[in-house]
Amino acid sequence: MKVRYSLALGALFGAPAFAAGLGVSIEVPRLNVSEYHRPYVAAWIERADNTLATTLTVWYDVRTKTNNPEGEGTKWLKDLRQWWRRGGRELAVPVDGITGATKPAGKHQLSFSEGSAALPKLAPGAYKLVVEAAREVGGREVVSIPFQWPPAAAAQPVAAGKEELGEIRLELKP
Amino acid sequence: MKTSLLAIALIAALGTAQAHNAWLLPSTTVLSKGDVITVDAGVSNDLFVANHNALRLDGLQITAPDGGTLKPDNVAQLKQRSVFDVSVAQAGTYRIAVLNNGAFASWKDKATGQAKRARGTAETIGREIPVDAADVVVTQSAGRIETFVTVGKPSQLKPIGQGLELIATGSPTDLVKGEKSTFTLNLDGQPAKDLEVTVTAGNTQYRDKLEELKIKTDSKGQFSVTWPSAGMYWLDVNTKDNKTTVPQAKERRLSYAATLEVMP
Repeated sequence: MKVRYSLALGALFGAPAFAAGLGVSIEVPRLNVSEYHRPYVAAWIERADNTLATTLTVWYDVRTKTNNPEGEGTKWLKDLRQWWRRGGRELAVPVDGITGATKPAGKHQLSFSEGSAALPKLAPGAYKLVVEAAREVGGREVVSIPFQWPPAAAAQPVAAGKEELGEIRLELKP
Repeated sequence: MKTSLLAIALIAALGTAQAHNAWLLPSTTVLSKGDVITVDAGVSNDLFVANHNALRLDGLQITAPDGGTLKPDNVAQLKQRSVFDVSVAQAGTYRIAVLNNGAFASWKDKATGQAKRARGTAETIGREIPVDAADVVVTQSAGRIETFVTVGKPSQLKPIGQGLELIATGSPTDLVKGEKSTFTLNLDGQPAKDLEVTVTAGNTQYRDKLEELKIKTDSKGQFSVTWPSAGMYWLDVNTKDNKTTVPQAKERRLSYAATLEVMP
């Protein structure tokens, strides 16, 4: 029903009815370590020249126990080193719809539609999804998946981290 | 007696300054928010190992991102190194520098023919030399040892325009292993051409070879470094010219050293 309605609208305005979107699945691996802290994670989209197109999500310690409105953990945001240097440091955290609390081990599914705060309109071209994780008393890892925007067809490219990240799946929705 | 002891001390000090590396070692160069950082300052052969002498902090200058001057806290000169804290509250890039501007003189004592040396400032060096001294040679020295720290987004550093100075394309706190960084070396605000820059990774005590990179500046005073590994690096340049501002001096010796952090 919904599909038919959108198709009709598309025909009416001569434009694609659905805004393109993408889904990102980030797996936080379960680690057998004596002192475990949930990792800080940033996921963002980079242009072909390595500049930051948009930050999709940032997970950090957002607790405000000392009435720090930014969250307790902003001191360590720079440990997401690549994200920080690419432009994370220009983001005034917290940002609604982008920043959030750290997540437990497991797969976390995120979905973004083009035109939202996290995923503004992207010019057509080559991009990279980059996911970076940094863990207190642990390691750091960066995993990336190249893709073309707008996607020609639905696809689900997958990459995997070795230590601090598990499976990273990018879902391209034309 | 007192004078000769002083002379010996000065000679020792001069020898030290020439033979060893003077360095600053910041605890952190990249911060997400305002904090207090601590800096070590030493003079030693091994980088950045405090095993010889503390660096004197008389010429310490800390410049905040807004151009204001900051005072260090908890300053202490220990046996092997000096330490101080810097409260970095503002967002932007800080310049932490130790300047060493002065003059030294050597001459022959008229009565004994003995070689004498003295060190002082541009104003005082004249008074150190006896009027009847022979073979007087006065040399001006202009040295800068510095490092950089950024809170949040880097800000543009205001050029000094005096002596030897390093200007990074981009930020001097944005260096990453495997990436190429480009710098300009200036001498009195003008490109310093054809000078050899030495770049040495720290922790020299844990490897057999120094493995320093020697890079020449081009006609625009520019040079590039592709960082072979992550860590703290020491960059140094030395030169001399005859553009002295000390009236008695014929030669000016210039030196520059920076500590730069390269991220993995």
